[in-house]
Amino acid sequence: MFIYLLKRVLSVLPVLFLVSVFVFLMLRLTPGDPAAIIAGDNATPETLAAIRDAMGLNEPLLTQYASWITGILGGDFGNSLISGVPVLDLVAQRVGPSISLALMTIIIAIFVAIPMGVIAAWRHRSWIDYLVMSFSVLGFSVPVFLVGYVLLLIFSVQLGWLPPQGFKPIADGLGPFLERAILPALTLASIYIALIARMTRAAMLDVLNEDYIRTARAKGVGEQRLLFVHALKNAAVPIVTIVGAGFALLISGVVVTETIFNIPGIGRLTVDAVLARDYPVIQALILLTATLYVLINLAIDMSYSLFDPRIRY
Amino acid sequence: MKLRDNDFSAAPTVLEIRDLVVGIAGRAGLPPVLKGVSFDIRRGETVCLVGESGSGKSVTSLSTMGLLPKDALAVISGQIRLNGQDLLALSPGQMKQRRAKDLAMIFQEPMTALNPVMKVGAQITEVLDLHTSLGAAEKRARVIDIMKQVHLPDVERIFESYPHQLSGGQRQRIMIAMALILEPSLLIADEPTTALDVTTQKQILSLIAELQARHGTAVLFITHDMGVVAEIADRVCVMRHGEILETGTIRQVLEQPRHDYAQALLSAVPSLVPRVSRPDAVAAPVLVAKGLGKTYRSGSLLGRKSEVRASYDVGFDLKPGRTLGIVGESGSGKTTVARSIMRLIEPTEGQILLDGDDIAHLSSSQMKPRRRKLQVVFQDPYRSLNPRWTIAQSLTEGPLNYGVPYAEAIAEAKRLLGVISLPEDALRRYPHQFSGGQRQRIAIARAVMLRPDVLVADEAVSALDVSVQAQVLDLLDELQRQTGIAIVFITHDLRVAAQICDDVLVMQRGAVVEQGPAGRVLHDPQHEYTRALIAAAPGRFWDFAARKPLVA
Repeated sequence: MFIYLLKRVLSVLPVLFLVSVFVFLMLRLTPGDPAAIIAGDNATPETLAAIRDAMGLNEPLLTQYASWITGILGGDFGNSLISGVPVLDLVAQRVGPSISLALMTIIIAIFVAIPMGVIAAWRHRSWIDYLVMSFSVLGFSVPVFLVGYVLLLIFSVQLGWLPPQGFKPIADGLGPFLERAILPALTLASIYIALIARMTRAAMLDVLNEDYIRTARAKGVGEQRLLFVHALKNAAVPIVTIVGAGFALLISGVVVTETIFNIPGIGRLTVDAVLARDYPVIQALILLTATLYVLINLAIDMSYSLFDPRIRY
Repeated sequence: MKLRDNDFSAAPTVLEIRDLVVGIAGRAGLPPVLKGVSFDIRRGETVCLVGESGSGKSVTSLSTMGLLPKDALAVISGQIRLNGQDLLALSPGQMKQRRAKDLAMIFQEPMTALNPVMKVGAQITEVLDLHTSLGAAEKRARVIDIMKQVHLPDVERIFESYPHQLSGGQRQRIMIAMALILEPSLLIADEPTTALDVTTQKQILSLIAELQARHGTAVLFITHDMGVVAEIADRVCVMRHGEILETGTIRQVLEQPRHDYAQALLSAVPSLVPRVSRPDAVAAPVLVAKGLGKTYRSGSLLGRKSEVRASYDVGFDLKPGRTLGIVGESGSGKTTVARSIMRLIEPTEGQILLDGDDIAHLSSSQMKPRRRKLQVVFQDPYRSLNPRWTIAQSLTEGPLNYGVPYAEAIAEAKRLLGVISLPEDALRRYPHQFSGGQRQRIAIARAVMLRPDVLVADEAVSALDVSVQAQVLDLLDELQRQTGIAIVFITHDLRVAAQICDDVLVMQRGAVVEQGPAGRVLHDPQHEYTRALIAAAPGRFWDFAARKPLVA
């Protein structure tokens, strides 16, 4: 178990190295120049060259890469080319809203989607099954921005129950936090509910045909216990996989929602950095996202053995 | 061992089934699946429902438990009375209360009948959680007690084990413990030993009999195996197409079956007495194995290394027109030997001589021209033919791969369909349009299309009903006489081995423990394990075809 964990953690390093090279080259080989953005439209070529020189953009690529990587190894991700603020500080300010939004989304999705999927499988081919499946198709096909604006229109504009935009950290109190986070979380959750409910239903349908379900019925086990104790744990592995993958995608996929609801999160930071060609910020964000991705996947793999004793590492 | 001979006329009736009709749910027009089944079971009595697949024996048991698949089957009329009360009149909630308490069931596949993610102790305890209000310590004591009654070793450890950590026999004991912990008056056992090795089967059968005697349980035992029936039944109901054709005491049915079908069923049971041996062929052997073995090694730089010797030191020669039986229980290495001979895997030691050439370590391109000489028939006819291909495609693929013109291949396919007694239009049909026995005959035709020298039959008749089994064995015999093909016949069933093999090789834990002419090995076994295997063959004291005890 420990050896397996160690191997998995070590195997992250080559992945991150490849990601870093890829990101670095991609940014420099695509057109666009941060110096030109800083200097503005009326800058002379001399000013431009001076700015480039000051930013270290005239160094050979290898030297630039080497200095970036040595910085990271020492915990320094460089400074933003635009604001001059250390990248880590920028990210740290923005990470809270995104993570709390993602967590809330995934919690809502789990608590809504799993019972939906279980009940749909239990009443396979009944009206309730068709209802769940229709909702799920809807969740997939309606774009996030539409869901977001519709929710805003109903709950903030028409009913006036919730503030339309902005973000308050949990530290400011649960009420203000929930008030502002609930609509974006619901918006984001719609697609994950669809995804997780579908997966739960499919996994449960398989499990409900198994012999041990018949055994449980022969023991006189009631339907509720049958579904949630005997069947659900057996169906857990594919469900956990999809929840994990969904969570990882969420982190990077919050851009639209953050924009609609004006939340200062990672998504907005990424968009701003890309538009400004702010290389160090983009690089750091992608590297962090990749790390998070790999770690979430590792956590999912490790969690399998909690659900299924036949899986051992 | 002899037939059971107990009188139950004084015992109270536990289960009464009257005119039970079960039909396909929501389709009133279709003929029913059960057409008016009636029988009784008294306290302490074992009634066997015997029949081939599709006879309705499992439907009868599931109706009794109230566990018919809801959308597929439904009871149309009739009564099922347990201790005088009609179970069909109970609400689902009341029925749930009865299960495990008054009637319990054990199933065929102990490998899949237990929940893989719950500890077995907890699974037995759950029955007490649902039906009693005992305290935790008391429950545990009851569970440990029943686990001891089913003769599980090291009970405290097994209580904390998951199903995958136990053997098939141990899992079936857990199932029995779970079924009997509340001392139900009726136990339904649906093919409970079919998936087990013979030696394990013998233990499970005697365990059920022992607990039945102790608790006075009425047992409804479902099986297709006449040998098992002879061992355990007090009374027998022979079923076909949803009807009970014949019912009587075990002695009546085995000695004087009245119905034609019951007679045919008994005559199809292969005898344990080996068939008259054929004269040894003079030709040179077509296949020789010398010191053949396969060891699986695993492990990496960081992990632990492990080695499994799946088989070792296996040697034999096989001459044209002869049949070699490889007999053993699961895990004995018999399938590993078959796969090595076929070169589906590469052996780690020894030689395999095909027509004098060693093929043990040939590369796949070197094997290719030799593959046509070695063909195989697998166990499960439902999975060994490609469901998306017509029979013509399946049959001609092999010859076409070896450059035979299409016209010639299809002509040969038509000829073989005649040999396996299928009409010519079968060529245009798909596998799902045939029964299991027909599919297995098609699989055999596919194998002999290439006119191989050696045919490997890996448990080729194990999944078939006895009457179909007899047809397939006859077909193999017929093909052998016509073509002089040599057959390697892998089986766990001594009765089948006795009927088809010239020589037998008995394997245990990867090693050959005994080999020689079938008549000698089965009639006068030298090795202790062979003797144990023969002793465990169910119904060995009875000659089914002759309707009398077997005098050895």
